[in-house]
Amino acid sequence: MGLLRVASLTKVYSTLIANDGISMEVRPGEIHAVLGENGAGKSTLMKMIYGVTPPTSGQIIWEGRPVQIRSTAQARALGIGMVFQHFSLFESLTVLENTALALASNAHRPELSDQIAKISAHYGLPVHPDRLVHDLSVGERQRVEIIRCLLQKPRLLIMDEPTSVLSPSAIEKLFETLRTISREGCAILYISHKLDEIRSLCDTATILRAGRVTGSCIPRNETPQSLAKMMIGKEFDRPRRAPLASGERVLALNQCSKVAGSPFGVDLRGIHFSVQAGEILGIAGISGNGQNELCEILSGEVLADSADAIELLGAPIGLADVETRRSQGLAYVPEDRLSRGSVTSMSLAENLMLTGAIALGLAKGGMLQLSKASVMTQDCIDRFNVKASGPHAAAGSLSGGNLQKFIAGREMLQKPRVMICAQPTWGVDVGATAFIRQSLIDLARSGCAVIVISEELEELFEVSDRIAVLSQGRLSPVKPLSETTVEQIGLWMGGMWRESENATA
Amino acid sequence: MPRLELRPSASQWMRYGSPVIAVLLTIFSGLVIFALLGKDPIRGFEVFFLYPLRSFYHISELLLKATPLAICAIGLAIGFRANVWNIGAEGQFILGAIFATGIALFFGEIPVITLVLMMLAGILGGAFWASIAAFLKTRFNTSEILVSLMLVYVAELLVSWFVFGPWRDPQGFNFPQTEVFESTALLPRLFDGARLNLALGFAIVLLIAGHILFARTHLGFKMRVAGESPSAAGYAGISTAKMTWVGLVVGGACAGLAGMAEVAGPVGQLTDKVGSGYGFAAIIIAFVGRLNPLGIGLASLLMALFYIGGEQAQQYLGVRGSISKVFQGLLLFYLLAVDVLIRYRVRFS
Repeated sequence: MGLLRVASLTKVYSTLIANDGISMEVRPGEIHAVLGENGAGKSTLMKMIYGVTPPTSGQIIWEGRPVQIRSTAQARALGIGMVFQHFSLFESLTVLENTALALASNAHRPELSDQIAKISAHYGLPVHPDRLVHDLSVGERQRVEIIRCLLQKPRLLIMDEPTSVLSPSAIEKLFETLRTISREGCAILYISHKLDEIRSLCDTATILRAGRVTGSCIPRNETPQSLAKMMIGKEFDRPRRAPLASGERVLALNQCSKVAGSPFGVDLRGIHFSVQAGEILGIAGISGNGQNELCEILSGEVLADSADAIELLGAPIGLADVETRRSQGLAYVPEDRLSRGSVTSMSLAENLMLTGAIALGLAKGGMLQLSKASVMTQDCIDRFNVKASGPHAAAGSLSGGNLQKFIAGREMLQKPRVMICAQPTWGVDVGATAFIRQSLIDLARSGCAVIVISEELEELFEVSDRIAVLSQGRLSPVKPLSETTVEQIGLWMGGMWRESENATA
Repeated sequence: MPRLELRPSASQWMRYGSPVIAVLLTIFSGLVIFALLGKDPIRGFEVFFLYPLRSFYHISELLLKATPLAICAIGLAIGFRANVWNIGAEGQFILGAIFATGIALFFGEIPVITLVLMMLAGILGGAFWASIAAFLKTRFNTSEILVSLMLVYVAELLVSWFVFGPWRDPQGFNFPQTEVFESTALLPRLFDGARLNLALGFAIVLLIAGHILFARTHLGFKMRVAGESPSAAGYAGISTAKMTWVGLVVGGACAGLAGMAEVAGPVGQLTDKVGSGYGFAAIIIAFVGRLNPLGIGLASLLMALFYIGGEQAQQYLGVRGSISKVFQGLLLFYLLAVDVLIRYRVRFS
C-alpha cells in the first residue's frame, strides 16, 4: 500500500491551469523525484500536498484514507514535512526562535538549542542557534529550513530544490542523511532540476511538463540527456566557447580588505585579482564565505577603504558610488533576484529602468522615456527568451528562470565593460540555465570582462576561463581552468591552499 | 464562520473600491449616530452632506476648505510613496504660517512682492521644520514618525509664544492674534462675493505636478523604488537617505505653503489656532486618495465636506461641531478595515 497517492489532482488559478489531473504514488521509504522545469507545476503540486493551497479537484490519499489537507499544521500533524525553495523564515528572529515557532509544542529553549546543535552537527549543516536570520546568507538560511524540518521527524519529507545552495561535499552529506532517513521508513519527495543528483539519489521519478505528468522512470536507468529530454521535450545544448585571446585588464582588486558592517558578516581579507576583457573569472565557494561582501564592494553598495583598492579600466573607483561605477561600465546581477534584482510589484519596463534608466538613455533631463522603455523591454524579452505577457507584466508574475533571464538581459543590454554575476542560475530550470550560461560566454567573447560567483562547480567549470575560491573572506590563487581540477577546487573551498600560491593571482 | 483567505494577487478592484466602501460605511454610521443623538437621520444627512453644496457660495467655501487640505496631502503622499512617514504636516503648516506672517508684518505693503516673499517664506518654514526630522533620520536613524509628530507640539507652542508675545496686536484686546494683514499681503480672490482665492490654483498645480512626478520623472520613479523595496534601491544605487530628504522636505514645503495660504487667505492674520488639524486630516486624505493625485483631490473635497457639514450640523441641528472629527475618524477606521480586502477575501465555510 502506498504512503501517499494523489489521483487526478487539478489546480486552476483564475486563468492558469497549474496542475492538470496529476496522479502519482509514493511508497514508504522511497526517494521519489519530481522532475520538471520551472513553471511545470511542481511547486503547486507540493503546496497542495502540504496543505498550503486546496486542490480545485482530485483526491489526496494518505495511508489509504482520503484526506483533505487544509493547513500546513494539519499536514505536519499527519507527518508531512516540507523544506521550501523560497524560505519561510522571520528575518528579525534568531534561528532558535524560528525553529521554536515551527514546532507545534512549546519546546523548551535550551533543550531545543541542544537539539538544533545535535542535528546540525550530525547532518553537516553548521549554523548557530542564536544568530539572527537577517544576517544569514542564502545557504545558511536553507540549512535552518532543513534542520527545522528534520526536527519534526516526518513520515514524508518534501524537499524543494534543497541542494541548490550546498557545496558538493555538503550535498554528499545531505544525500547520506536523506538515505538514512529513507532507510528508516520515511519517504522523500525530492524536487530538483539537477539530473545528476536525481540519478544518484532517487529510486523513482515522476516527470511533469506544463502541469501534466509526462512520464515516470527509474532514474538510475536513464542518462542526464534522456531525463532532460523527458523534462523539456528536447535536448539541451552545452555552452559553446571560442578560444580566449588575451585582452585589456578591465577590473582589478588590489589587496582589498574590508571589515564587515554587520557583526555576523564576513571580513574580506586581502582580496587580490584582476579580470581582462573577454574572459570569465569564476569565483567558487559556499555562500557565507564573503560572497555577499565581495559583491557589495565590487558593485559600490559598500565602499572600499581607499580609492586604489579597486581599479576599473585603470581608474581608481574604490570610493565611487553605485551610479558612478555603473556609468563607467559596471553591471551586476545580484544573487537575490526577488528582493534585490527586481521590484516584484513593478512592471518589467519599470524594472528595466531600475538599473538601466541612465545607461539606456531612458531618463533624459530627468523625464522618463516610457514608450522607449517599453520598446527596449520588449527587445529584452525577445532577445533573452523571457516568457512574459509583455513589458507591462509585473516582475513578480514571472517564474524564477524567466525573471533571471530578464535581469541578466537587462544588465547585458547596457553593454557593460565588466559584468558581475552572483549565483546566475540559482533555482533556475535547465533550459534557462543553459541559456544564461551561453549568454555569459557570448558576452565575454564580445569583449566584456565577466566575474561569475557561484556555488555550483559544474557551472563554473562550464563557463570559466580562470577560477578561484573565496573561503572565509580570503581568495585562493586564480588558476586557468586547464591547470586545476574539481577535486582541487573542492579542497580549496575548505580553505586549504598554500598562501605562497597567492602571488600568481 | 466567515474567514479571511489570502488572495493569489492583490485585487486592483478593491484597491480603488475600498475608499468608496469606506465612505458609504462612514455615511451609514453617521446616520446611526444622528439617530442615537435623537435627530432625524434623513434630516441629518441633508444638513451634513447636502447643505454645504446648496449654492455657489457654499461650493466656493467647500473649495476654500479643500485647498489647504489638498496641498498638504499631495506633499505627504509624495513622501509616503517613498516610505517616508511624515505625520507632522500640522507642525510644518504652522511654521509656514509663522514665516509668512513675519513677512506680512514687516514687509506687508509692497504689491505682489510681499505675496511672493510670503509664499517663499511659507515654503521655507515648512521645509525647515521637516528637514529637522530628515536630518535626525539620516544622521542618527531616529524615527521620522516620532520626530515629525513631536515637532507639531513644539510648533504649536512656538505660534502661541508669537501671538501671546512679540507679535500680539496692540489693538487686539489681548486676543492671541496678530494685526490683520494689509490687503497687499492677502491672496487675490477669484470671484466677487466669495472668499475662494488663488490658493486653489496652487493646489491644482501641485496635484498635476505630483502626477507628473510619479508618472513621468526619474526622481519619482526612484522614490517609488525606495518605497517599494529598499534592498532593490540599494542594489540600483538609489540613496534612501536622499529619498528621505526629498520626501520630508517636499512634504514640509507643501504644508508650509498651505499654512501661508491660510494666513494670507480666509484668516488674514496669525492666531494660535491656525493649525485647525489640517495637517492631520491630510494624512487621512492621502490614504483615502490612495496616494494618487486625482484621488487626493476628491478626498480633499470629501474631507472639506465633513468640516463644513459639521459646522452646518452645529448650526441647524444643535449637535456639537466635533461631529466632523468623528466622521474623519470613522472614515480612516473603515478605510483601514476595508483595505484588508485588497489582499484577502472573505470565505464562508
